[in-house]
Amino acid sequence: MFYREAGDFKTSYADDSQTFPIRFDRLRYYAVIAVAFGVIPFFINDYWANAVFVPFLIYAIAALGLNILTGYCGQVSLGTGGFMAVGAYAVYKLMTAFPEVSILIHVLLAGGITAVVGVLFGLPSLRIKGFYLAVATLAAQFFLVWLFNKVPWFYNYSASGQISAPERTVLGHAVTGASTTAPAKYLFCLIILFALAWLARNLTRGTVGRKWMAIRDMDIAAEIIGVNPLTTKLSAFAISSFYIGVAGALFFSVYLGAVEVGEAFGIQKSFLILFMIIIGGLGSIFGSFAGAAFLVLLPVLLKNILVGHLGWATDLAAHVELMIVGALIVIFLIAEPHGMAQLWRLAKEKLRLWPFPH
Amino acid sequence: MNQMNPDGYTTADGRKIGPVLMEMKNITLRFGGVKAITDISFDIREGEIRAIIGPNGAGKSSMLNVISGFYVPQEGEVWFKGHRRGPMRPYQVARLGIARTFQNIALFDGMSVLDNIMTGRLTLMKSGLFSQAMWWGRAEREETGHREKVEKIIDFLEIQSIRKTPVGRLPYGLKKRVELARALAAEPRLLLLDEPMAGMNVEEKEDMCRFILDVNDEFGTTIALIEHDMGVVMDLSDRVVVMDYGKKIGDGTPEEVRNNPDVINAYLGVSHD
Ligand SMILES: Nc1ncnc2c1ncn2[C@@H]1O[C@H](COP(=O)(O)OP(=O)(O)O)[C@@H](O)[C@H]1O
Ligand SMILES: [Mg+2]
Repeated sequence: MFYREAGDFKTSYADDSQTFPIRFDRLRYYAVIAVAFGVIPFFINDYWANAVFVPFLIYAIAALGLNILTGYCGQVSLGTGGFMAVGAYAVYKLMTAFPEVSILIHVLLAGGITAVVGVLFGLPSLRIKGFYLAVATLAAQFFLVWLFNKVPWFYNYSASGQISAPERTVLGHAVTGASTTAPAKYLFCLIILFALAWLARNLTRGTVGRKWMAIRDMDIAAEIIGVNPLTTKLSAFAISSFYIGVAGALFFSVYLGAVEVGEAFGIQKSFLILFMIIIGGLGSIFGSFAGAAFLVLLPVLLKNILVGHLGWATDLAAHVELMIVGALIVIFLIAEPHGMAQLWRLAKEKLRLWPFPH
Repeated sequence: MNQMNPDGYTTADGRKIGPVLMEMKNITLRFGGVKAITDISFDIREGEIRAIIGPNGAGKSSMLNVISGFYVPQEGEVWFKGHRRGPMRPYQVARLGIARTFQNIALFDGMSVLDNIMTGRLTLMKSGLFSQAMWWGRAEREETGHREKVEKIIDFLEIQSIRKTPVGRLPYGLKKRVELARALAAEPRLLLLDEPMAGMNVEEKEDMCRFILDVNDEFGTTIALIEHDMGVVMDLSDRVVVMDYGKKIGDGTPEEVRNNPDVINAYLGVSHD
């Protein structure tokens, strides 16, 4: 099998702007989909679901969301954890208030509510940029966590101050609550991720995506070609927050089941997801996946090697993991600011010319 | 003289010049204490190539920025298509059909040449967010339709081979050409070019001259351009405004301007640079 675009001529502009213009890429994409939907659900067990797949799927949704805002539209945000918390508390309130409504609808509504909150906190972006915007979103992060701790209505006045997800089913299978099976969790998150990734791809390749990127690359020039900075930035905040809200809702209801807000959605979450898109690749759908996979797998891998094989203490391994992640971020920022997605692109460019690089 | 005819006239080389498209009336623009423009009036007629010349710091770029809405003048009126224009944001001006290029190239470095030019058509794109998210029907048809138009511009400006190249990797002369392509993609009524030939070599300048003339000729686009090179201005433009220290010191055909003693003194004779 050769990785070539020669002989793969495009006869229409629609063909040329498809997601995977090269046939081999397209085939590999279908293969990944087939394995994700047709193979993994039959083999997945609780360990793999909880340690790898479910967190990966949920973080990928959050990374897509942050990548829309930061990677495509150029607006830095450190409020991701706070916005995930909005999604989590929204879905909790909806689940407990309207138990008869489908959990899928609740998750999407939680995304919608987070979108509204995101737009509110995005308003300062019209006046401030870069570092100052980052600080403003950081304030949002702390404010939201404080709010969910402080106002008992949000956690239905429970004595512990925690929220916990009651059992809800989709087509007869529990997807939240204690009796959920690994394949059900996995498939529920996978379907949502798949749909959201497809939407993100469509949005970023067309008019909206170009407006976002125009604002990111040069806001003055964007205005001169007719881009309204206000609506464009706020649309990025809205859509990004929708994704992050959905991720937060799933993180709470499907993955953790019970949540204490400061612990699950603290500032570390904001940084973790920011690191995912930096390592994976800013302004890249594939990068969101790569970054999420990398930062979910790395701790699992390191723990298995350091603790499992070398017999290190768990806390020591955790510190080493932090150092490795930190070093990687520095390396990526210096050596390859476009992340793993760019490394992948370069590898493909080389492969395209192989074996005659000149 | 035929140029005084309010309804228009035909130039020596057979191009039709129409009535006034844009009129600046008594524009004064200050930055704090600095007067960048002092009480300047001039008009731009439909279909003509109008040059604005003057030494560095004369206020030429500021004038374009007033037209495109970046600066709001403290005094004076801007009239477009027979209506007085209130204060407008640049994106609103763009939607009136006024496109421009910048003295310092303002392209989107993170995007390909093709995507950069496609952004030029944003004001013409109508499909909603939902349709785009689905990539069905209208959004996809629209994308293809706009792509066809953009390909025509790519052919016109002879940049087919760099279509998919990221703009950041292009040399200066080509960047200027891509920026022109992006402005043209908007199918503007009025095209503003701020020093389109600055920093180019002779060959690139000749190409750019040819493109500007062709744009005007083939699409009938009205063009207002700022240029330093006197020879270029004389070749290209129908009428010239001359500015110096924020004031208008001459206005007329290239010959009239060339023979205007104030202009000779201020601009051609002694250089402020
Ligand atoms: N944003 C600004 N703030 C302050 N002064 C400005 C600004 N833009 C232009 N000027 C001043 O206005 C005058 C005219 O500048 P400009 O229009 O760029 O001249 P030109 O394009 O003819 O070289 C200069 O003295 C310049 O310093
Ligand atoms: Mg200038």
